[in-house]
Amino acid sequence: MSQSLRIENLHASVDGHEILKGLTLEVPKGQVHAIMGPNGSGKSTLSKVIAGHEDYTVTEGSVFLDDINLLDLEIDERSRAGFFLAFQYPHEIPGVSNANFIRAARQARLPKGQEIDAVAFYREMYAKMDELGMDRKFTARSVNEGFSGGEKKRNEILQMMMLEPKYAILDETDSGLDIDALKIVAQGVNAMRSPERGFLVITHYQRLLDYIVPDVVHVLHDGRIIHTGGKELAYELEEKGYDWIINEPVAA
Amino acid sequence: MVLTPPEETTTRPAASWCDAAPVNDADAGLPDWYLELRSAAWARYNALPVPTRTNQQWRFADLKHLRIDNHALPAPVSASVAADLVARAVSERPAEFAAHFVFANNRLLHAETPALPEGATCLPIEDALATRPDLLRAHFLKHGDFLGGEKFAALHAAATLSGLFVHFPKGRVAEAPVIVHHFIGGEGVAIFPHTLVVAEDHASVSVIDLFESINGKEDTLVVGMADLHADRGGRIQYTSLQDLNDKGAKHVQLQHTRAGRDAAVKVGYLNLGAEWVRNESINRMVESGADCQIFSANLANDVQEYDQRTLQSHEAQHTTSDLFFKNALYDRARTIFSGLIQVQPGSHHTDSYQTCRNLLGSDEAEANSMPGLEIDADQVKCSHGSTSGTISDEEIFYLRARGIPADEARKIISLGFLNESIEKLDGESVKEMLFARIARKFAAIG
Repeated sequence: MSQSLRIENLHASVDGHEILKGLTLEVPKGQVHAIMGPNGSGKSTLSKVIAGHEDYTVTEGSVFLDDINLLDLEIDERSRAGFFLAFQYPHEIPGVSNANFIRAARQARLPKGQEIDAVAFYREMYAKMDELGMDRKFTARSVNEGFSGGEKKRNEILQMMMLEPKYAILDETDSGLDIDALKIVAQGVNAMRSPERGFLVITHYQRLLDYIVPDVVHVLHDGRIIHTGGKELAYELEEKGYDWIINEPVAA
Repeated sequence: MVLTPPEETTTRPAASWCDAAPVNDADAGLPDWYLELRSAAWARYNALPVPTRTNQQWRFADLKHLRIDNHALPAPVSASVAADLVARAVSERPAEFAAHFVFANNRLLHAETPALPEGATCLPIEDALATRPDLLRAHFLKHGDFLGGEKFAALHAAATLSGLFVHFPKGRVAEAPVIVHHFIGGEGVAIFPHTLVVAEDHASVSVIDLFESINGKEDTLVVGMADLHADRGGRIQYTSLQDLNDKGAKHVQLQHTRAGRDAAVKVGYLNLGAEWVRNESINRMVESGADCQIFSANLANDVQEYDQRTLQSHEAQHTTSDLFFKNALYDRARTIFSGLIQVQPGSHHTDSYQTCRNLLGSDEAEANSMPGLEIDADQVKCSHGSTSGTISDEEIFYLRARGIPADEARKIISLGFLNESIEKLDGESVKEMLFARIARKFAAIG
């Protein structure tokens, strides 16, 4: 049985335009992979397709979470199967408190008829909020409403910590973060790194990878992975840009 | 007693309401001024025309609900039912409360006043007539302003004896709410609960009326009235929680606020039950610095119709008001919101806002909004608006991406939509009670 998040020959389109054109990569359990790439290369599409966003149509390929093909599952089933997407632009849900939202997500993972132990739930959430430097007031506030960019991203990481996925994609989690917020968010992610969990970190900038050090870096261009290397590749991209890779002949 | 469209001529003698009313057993002890007021109201009721569709104040209303033939005053509930109702009311009230009264079928079943400030009065109207007539008379059934419900108001005045008189003299403050349960039961019966709240200078009180049915399916009518008087610096919060049976219950609630200098009044309406509801909310800011805030959260499903008419009347300089209504509609439910902001001549420096938002959970649901604005003053900041829409797909996607099934996600978002209005009320215990009721209805409608 394969222990990885395995994307195989993934083709996906939106409004008839093909964005992912045969994307293949594998994140084994215990590793952190990064995807970098220029604007429009398909980075955000990849995360939404795996999460199951209905605007995107998968025309070919598969995404395996261990031995489950995620593409066979409903959006919410994918999450409950152990997949997590930290959104680039988390939505605001007016009138729904953050605590109730996370609680509902946890409740959805319990067998029917079993209720969450509220005291233990809050104790755990408070501890994790402390790790992320989040004020307690964020439990009662409406989900993401009026949150700053950094607060929203911290809130994504809090949800990840509370839901303990097997594999997580962080979609440009560093965008809109100042360096202090970035460090805290990275700390949260690093605390969750384990032999039992895999991460795929989508980013524009090498800066994030100083704090969440990847095992492998992939370059995405025009809907395909065109280059794969070690963590030093991120520095090379930062320094030289993408053109030198894009223009090199695709390895057979 | 009958209220029918004009082309029908059925009527019943006044006797069927007033003289035969068991609550009037002690008529002999009632003051003359009250008996006169009552018979004048009865005459007014009979003289007033039944509203018709051509009346702007009843626009969009489904007038079939106005046929309330054959409603009679109810008999008292049995001792065992009374015990059950009191137990139910006690179990659902918050831990902290200033006073708790339970009425069923126009009669008082239970009264507790654990935390009333000294000098404050909480008395059933009937008792107040007997023991504090002068204090009551100063404000009781005084005004004649309504938004189309004049005939209902006259009927109410002719028949009311249940409900509470809350009087807080100068400077008296209760942190915890005054809770009043009104139960109704019996096929074809009507009750007329009255709530009169007076907060003198710098006094502060929160009153919540809960309207509930004893039985699940029954044709019943509640015609309630709430009059709120806040003097200089006084604060009143009044909440109407209507959770009557949705198979036959009708509810008319006529509320009137008079806010004096620097007074602050909050009014909240939560409608969950009943087949048909008419809320009229008049809020007058009569001296400078007065502030009125009116909130409503309504969850309508099946064929429920909630009809709400409001007036924010600015009658002095530097007055402020805010209205924030939310309707979540399912199935073939209908809502009507008609609100007017009126800035009277000379009421300069008024700030007034009005928002009605509708969340449509079905293609067949119908939300009617008629916001309005009349300004006769300068240096005024006013805005009004209404929106209708469905839950955004992106919000549902976000919740589903966290493992929450689609149906549950819709429920959570709708609940949040309504909570946003409730959230603006004061008092955690009152809000908790309202949140719990909304959640209960959401759970029931699946």
